[in-house]
Amino acid sequence: MDFPEDLLYTKEHEWVRIDNGKAVVGITEYAQQELGDVVFVELPSVGTEVAYMDPFGVIESVKTVADLYSPLTCEVLEVNHELETQPELVNSSPYDKGWIIEIAISNMEEVGHLLSHDDYMAHIEDTED
Amino acid sequence: MLINEPLIFEIGSEGRSAYSLPDTDVPETDIKDILPEGMLREDISGFPEVSEADVVRHFTRLSRLNYNVDHGFYPLGSCTMKYNPRINEDVARLPGFSMIHPYQPPEISQGILKLMYELELYLAEISGMDRISLQPAAGAQGELAGMLMIRAYHTLRDDPRKKVILPDSSHGTNPASVSLCGYRAIEIKSDKRGLIDPKKLRQIMDEDVAALMLTNPNTLGLFEKDILEITGIVHDKGGIVYCDGANLNALLGIARLGDMGIDVLHFNLHKTFSTPHGGGGPGAGPIGIKDVLSDFLPVPVIKKEGDSYQLNYNVLHSIGKVKAFYGNIGVLIKAYAYIRTMGADGLRRVSEVAVINANYIRNRLQDFYDIPYNSHCMHECVLSDKIQGKHGITALDIAKSLIDYGFHPPTIYFPLIVKGAMMIEPTETETKETLDRFIEAMIDIAMRAEDDPESLRHAPSTTKVGRLDEVRAARKPNLRWRV
Repeated sequence: MDFPEDLLYTKEHEWVRIDNGKAVVGITEYAQQELGDVVFVELPSVGTEVAYMDPFGVIESVKTVADLYSPLTCEVLEVNHELETQPELVNSSPYDKGWIIEIAISNMEEVGHLLSHDDYMAHIEDTED
Repeated sequence: MLINEPLIFEIGSEGRSAYSLPDTDVPETDIKDILPEGMLREDISGFPEVSEADVVRHFTRLSRLNYNVDHGFYPLGSCTMKYNPRINEDVARLPGFSMIHPYQPPEISQGILKLMYELELYLAEISGMDRISLQPAAGAQGELAGMLMIRAYHTLRDDPRKKVILPDSSHGTNPASVSLCGYRAIEIKSDKRGLIDPKKLRQIMDEDVAALMLTNPNTLGLFEKDILEITGIVHDKGGIVYCDGANLNALLGIARLGDMGIDVLHFNLHKTFSTPHGGGGPGAGPIGIKDVLSDFLPVPVIKKEGDSYQLNYNVLHSIGKVKAFYGNIGVLIKAYAYIRTMGADGLRRVSEVAVINANYIRNRLQDFYDIPYNSHCMHECVLSDKIQGKHGITALDIAKSLIDYGFHPPTIYFPLIVKGAMMIEPTETETKETLDRFIEAMIDIAMRAEDDPESLRHAPSTTKVGRLDEVRAARKPNLRWRV
């Protein structure tokens, strides 16, 4: 499985790409494999304010439905409208075309709570046991 | 059986009809003379026009493709698909019940009111609750009614609260009911035992939590051993405890949720009390409450005065009506007949056998399947596809393969906390021989997963259609017949 080293992660399997006070959020390769074929992504409205680790959306696969958690307290700047008609992008390209939201980070201190690549790998190993 | 059954729209021909009505003996009036033009529907085009024989055969053939509890073993976890005794149907069809009308005044409806009153008493005794409302038409509606009562309770005390705590193993309807009532659902993770950890609950329980909503036994089929401590923690902070009654089939005559500190619960009469499910429904989801919530009951409530039964609409802070008229009466009659035919000893035996059956299956399959929380279970057990996963075989493959052995698949991918879950609830109505045949089928599938996994991937092969493309059906649903 592929987990880019330049991303930060959450225990709920979201990835975060931070750039100049903004960030792009999606779900990891592990998450998309666990969910199986994604059939629907419920996206928030642009401008929504979400608190740290609160749900910002819902992702639905044939097997299950899961909440999407906001890795940081933020305001939603942009959502990936492509997912409305092509939810399968989350499976085929989780780190690129399958991105879910772009956010403005409200509190940079929270970035310290996110997992590094190595921490996330260790977290997956724990989960698998 | 193998013919390709057309849609009803695809058979028939213009002008053909199933039955010709005799000429009416009342003078006919043109509809245009009675209704304004804007209210008239245009002609329906493409409506099926078929002969009586074609209609009967079409639906009979479709019904033979169906699988149901009269057909075979149906171990769908958390659904309690027990056999529904025929006597219940006979009782519900007695003319005194089937020919009454909900607008009949109480003085000429004493029989049904007495039955409803007594059913309330029975359910109260079985569950240890103080009061019952028979109105909700299904489990999820019972949840909504219960949650609305909880909200009304806190609002009246000028203590509106914002959150409801739910375990991560809860049924999907639970957080949905919570959200529908305007509460925020807070998840509590199950501990290593698969249970609610009182320590963790103590940390998140505060005075902004309106209620804890749990299921006991929970969806892993495990009894919440710390239930008294759990309900105590919630009550100490002024919260209410709601119990989803989906798994009541484990407790009849053995333990009462009302004695465990539960304040509100719903019953699924179509599960525990053997009334038909799904297409054979409808269901019924009565709620039971402790006296602390009795001022909020849905109206009307049934009141006994001397020897007569009345409908009382005078409930101080009632949440109002939750269902037209008085609930799904036919279902209530069947549940009443079930309770009366089983009796108290019979109901206890129901739960004892349901629990023994589930443990028998768990025990015999534990060498072949991973069982993540493998301890004595209650009325159902949860396996996972972890061992078969090494050969690329998933819970879905196993479930679909079971169809070829003549069994309905178990619930799969639920509860969410078990990866590749298969949730098996045998119920008490199955014989040991049936359970053995099911177990043999499961063992055979486990063997094939190892020796010939490919043979499972396209199952089922004995049905009219094979493996359906569920992904495409969900992504590109085709829901409507276009004329």
